Parts: sequence; C-alpha cells; structure tokens
Amino acid sequence: MAGGTERVLRRRIKSVQSTKKITKAMELIAASRIVKAQQRVAAARPYSEQITEVIRSLAAGGAELTHPLLRQPQEVGKVAIVLITADRGLAGAYNSNVIRAAERALKAEQDKGRDYSLVIAGKKGEGYFRFRGYRIDATFSGMSEQPTYEDARAVAAEVTKAFEEGDVGLVHLVYTQFLSAGTQRVQVRQFMPLDQAALEDAAGGDGPQAAYEFEPGPGEILARLLPRYVEARLFAAMLDAAASEHAARQRAMKSATDNAEELIIKLSRVMNRARQETITTEIMEIAGGAEALRQGQSAEVDYLPDTVVHRDVLPDEIDPSLRVRSAR
Amino acid sequence: MALDVDLVSPERILFSGEAEMVVCRTSDGEVAFLTGHVPFLGGLGIGIVRVHLVGGDVVRAAVHGGFVQVKDNKVIVLSDVAELPGQIDVARARRSLEEAQRRAAAGAAGGDGDTGEAEADAAAARIQRAQVRLELAGQAEPARH
Repeated sequence: MAGGTERVLRRRIKSVQSTKKITKAMELIAASRIVKAQQRVAAARPYSEQITEVIRSLAAGGAELTHPLLRQPQEVGKVAIVLITADRGLAGAYNSNVIRAAERALKAEQDKGRDYSLVIAGKKGEGYFRFRGYRIDATFSGMSEQPTYEDARAVAAEVTKAFEEGDVGLVHLVYTQFLSAGTQRVQVRQFMPLDQAALEDAAGGDGPQAAYEFEPGPGEILARLLPRYVEARLFAAMLDAAASEHAARQRAMKSATDNAEELIIKLSRVMNRARQETITTEIMEIAGGAEALRQGQSAEVDYLPDTVVHRDVLPDEIDPSLRVRSAR
Repeated sequence: MALDVDLVSPERILFSGEAEMVVCRTSDGEVAFLTGHVPFLGGLGIGIVRVHLVGGDVVRAAVHGGFVQVKDNKVIVLSDVAELPGQIDVARARRSLEEAQRRAAAGAAGGDGDTGEAEADAAAARIQRAQVRLELAGQAEPARH
C-alpha cells in the first residue's frame, strides 16, 4: 500500500493549496478594506466633532440642556445593550470577543436585578444570542463591513425610541474600537443617557461666550441636535467596528495562509519520503526476485522434468530372470 | 477678510474653504452670512445652501435638514444628507417626486386621523426633497415653498 499513501498525501496537499489560495485572497481583500474603512472613520470624524462643538456652544450660549436623552432615570428597571458584531466569521476572535463582553455586561445587569433588552447589529451576534435563548428585541444585518449613515440612523432610532419612552433607563454600547491595524479593543460604554458633563465640559472652561442668535429657539435646536448626535456617535462606533473587523480578518487570514504554507511543506516532506520508500521497496523486491531466480537455477536442476533421466526413476537393471519369468 | 466655511455631512466633508457669503434656508426663511455676523445657531430646512466663493463662483449643495453655526467668521454647516450637484441621481429624484405626488394625492383623498396626516407630511417632505434635488441639478423649475 506504499503507493496508496503517496496518492492520499498528494490529494491532501492539493486541498491545502487551494485553501491557501482562498485565505490569501481574503487576506488581501481585508487588507485593502482596512485602508478604506480607516478613511471612512477619518471622514466621519469632522461631523461628530462639529456636532459636539455645536452642542457645547449651545450650552455655553445659555441654553438649558434639558432633553429626554439627557434625563437621568431615578431607577433603572431595564437596560438596553447595543451590540455591534460582524455578519461573517473567519475574522479570528473578533466576534467572540465582542459577544463575550456583551454577555458579561448583560449578566452584570441581571445580577443587579435589572431586565435586559438586546439590540444587535450583525448576524454573528444574533446567531449567538438566539442559539442561547436570549430575548432579542431588534436585529440589523447586512451592513457590518460598510456601514452607512442610514444604517446608523435605523439602529439609533430603535434605541432612542425605547429610551425616550422610558422603557429602558440605560443603554450600553458594546463595540470594537479600532486603535491601529494591530490593536483593536472591545469597548463597553454608556450610550444613554448622554453624558451631560462631557457636553458641557469645554463650554465651561472658555469663560463667558458670545451671545448666540438662535433660530429657532435653543430648546428646539437642542431637540433636533441630540438625536443627530446620537446617530453620529453610533455611526462612529459602527465605522470603528467595521475597520476592526477587517483588521481582525486580515490577521486571521494571514495566519491561516502561513499555516497552510507550513502544512504544505510538512506534507510534501512526508510525501517525498513515502515515494522514496516505495521506490526503495520496489527495488528491493526486484533485486530479491532476481536473486531468488539466480539461486534457483543451481538448486532446481535436479527437479526439472527434462533433465530427469529415465534411469533415475526406473531401474534399468531389472533382473532378466524376472523378465523371462514374466514373459513366460 | 473672508468667511471660513465647512460643509460637513456624516460621511465626509463636502466643502471646506473660504467664501464671501453663505446663504442657507433655516426653518424661518433664508439667511445670508457675511463676515462679522454675530454668533448664530440655526436649524436648516430642506433647501439649497449657496456658498459664494471669493472669486465669484458659487458652490451649491442640497441639504435636507441640519444645522448652521456661525462664530468668529467661521461658518459650519452640518447636515445628515447633503449633496453636491454632481451626486444627484436625476432619474431617481424624478421618480421619487412622482411617487410622492401620487401618494400625497391619494392621502388627501382618503386620509383620516393622525396616520393620514403623518403620511401627508412625509409625502410633502419627500416632494420637497425631490424638488430641491432637481432644482440643484438644474432639471426643474425652482421649487416654490
């Protein structure tokens, strides 16, 4: 069966090679998408910075920051968790890390005796929590790789509604922050109520500000601004998550490609040895056969029929008297 | 001295540069900003923002809601949906306009209660958006509001 092993190994190497081609392609695609995703993160930054700036000047301009989104609830009965995962796997530990963080946050809230509400973006997170029998209130998918502002708006609308109606008293946002192509960190942040101190912070430091003209009134502007601010923050988180997803996928695919390469080298070695063994065995067999033949030639002489002499078998010196007797 | 203008949408910066005058439509009507304008904070309606550049050229963009902040000769226009003329899909805007008009007509005929009203509002906003888009693309008569 020596030839059989070789054939099996050859087939195995071929399959590893085609797997390697796929992972290599995925690696390259992910690498190019990281760059694009990073650009999108950078492009979205001015808007969220400016909108924060506008809210600050609104606060500085004397507008009172009162809005349902800023309301600190007296008692929190239910906590919403917004989880941002990927739609597809093959991204290393990316999904499981962020999912685990969300589950921990959820358990922590349950320990405090609070109910939970899950809002999940990305099929992977949805699958995980659905399989484990969690109650999922809303899911969004099909945008994890290239989220648009519209996607963020849809998710934000869902969460904002629940919060403004007082159904949930606290909203956590769980996503993966993109620090660099090599480092991504899972973040669990309070999303709502909005952090009033952070919004007023810079405004307070600047001292008295120029009086603003408002059109319409400051209250109304704030009411329109805050939902946009929520959307912008969520959008930023989704873009970060997308960039992280691509980075994680690129790393995972790179190590898969490296593994495949190593495996191919190992398998080829084993295969070559197997082939060598087959050849050696064959040679041994041939040599053995030849040797057997050669030795046989001298040993078998006596037994070959055409060399058997009649005399050897039948004694020719038969007693003549017997012959005579029998003839008679 | 010129105005420092930034026209920003959530996905990117549409325009950034110096200008002599910025005209936009707030919820109360059109406002023009020149240098030395007092600090101003306003909500934008659906309309066209015109940025008159120093050289005399005009940059126009359709905005659908948003905010404008003016402070120290710096104008920031923030809008969830903002488009430059080149980005407008004329055929789509026209289809949207026709569809919305049809709905508005149907709503006016059989609308009742709050849902009918909300639907009529949505349709009206949609008509306005489509008209602004077409106006900006130079494909239609200026919208009358």
